[in-house]
Amino acid sequence: MDPQAAKYIGAGLACFALIGAGIGIGNIFGNYLSGALRNPSAAPGQFTNLLIGFALAEATGLFGLLVALIILFG
Amino acid sequence: MAAEAGGGHGPMSQFEIKRYVPLDLFGQDASFTNASLYMVLAVLLITAFFAAAMRNRALVPGRLQSVAEMSYEFIANMVRENVGDEGMKYFPFIFSLFVFVLVLNMLGMIPGTFTVTSHIIVTFALAALVFLVVTAIGFARHGLGYLKLFVPDGVPIWLMPLIVPIELISYLIRPISLSVRLFANMMAGHTMLKVFAGFAVSLPVFAKIAPVLFTTAFTGLEFVVAFLQAFIFTVLTCIYLNDAVNMHH
Repeated sequence: MDPQAAKYIGAGLACFALIGAGIGIGNIFGNYLSGALRNPSAAPGQFTNLLIGFALAEATGLFGLLVALIILFG
Repeated sequence: MAAEAGGGHGPMSQFEIKRYVPLDLFGQDASFTNASLYMVLAVLLITAFFAAAMRNRALVPGRLQSVAEMSYEFIANMVRENVGDEGMKYFPFIFSLFVFVLVLNMLGMIPGTFTVTSHIIVTFALAALVFLVVTAIGFARHGLGYLKLFVPDGVPIWLMPLIVPIELISYLIRPISLSVRLFANMMAGHTMLKVFAGFAVSLPVFAKIAPVLFTTAFTGLEFVVAFLQAFIFTVLTCIYLNDAVNMHH
């Protein structure tokens, strides 16, 4: 195989990490919303925790994106 | 890495570092670049804003003064909630960090400007500073007892060889995850905007409206991301600081 082609395939494969980030972020916001609809008065107090969970879930996917960027431009 | 990909008007050319004043410091390249320029600009803007806002200190705040007071209250509440009253000693550090990252992110949103936070070396330097400061505070307050952070309570002794390395790694990876989060968010967002703006140029006339609308909507989202990432960077700093100050695990 052409090394250049293998590089692009590798970068594409590394982006699969973002699937997990998508599932994780969807889970967090979905669960927050269902919790907030059950008990709206408690929802604002948990907003910071929501954003922290979002950030932690997102970071794992971004590591994959970083690997893809390093393969492409590194 | 952007310099190789850029050159012309590719989506990565916006991250190119340009040397304005070449400077060689003991064999190290310490040139004054566009990144340095925007950091200096950000510090000047922040200083000018807070100096202007606090010039006529009134009991009933005016517009500028209430913005300054709101940002103070916002970060002060965050520190009190996450670290407790003990943490208010470190408030100036947290506040400077938040305002600096926020202003750099927002300056990058102006078309044609340079986004300093889209370079990993800048965010890594900030995250490494946070990591070193937090670790120093931890050891200064608890001495060698700070190492108990890596030995959680209530874990059976035979699990320790597994748990302690995991805790240690998750502690040491903090500066990396903190910096990569900010850098990748800013860089991915700006690259995506540029790619869709490129579609608006290359598509036939009747189809140009779609990428233009998308880019407009996405710019709004990018403003949210710019604020959110500055906020998250600060909240995580507060949480790390909480570990060092209170050692609740």
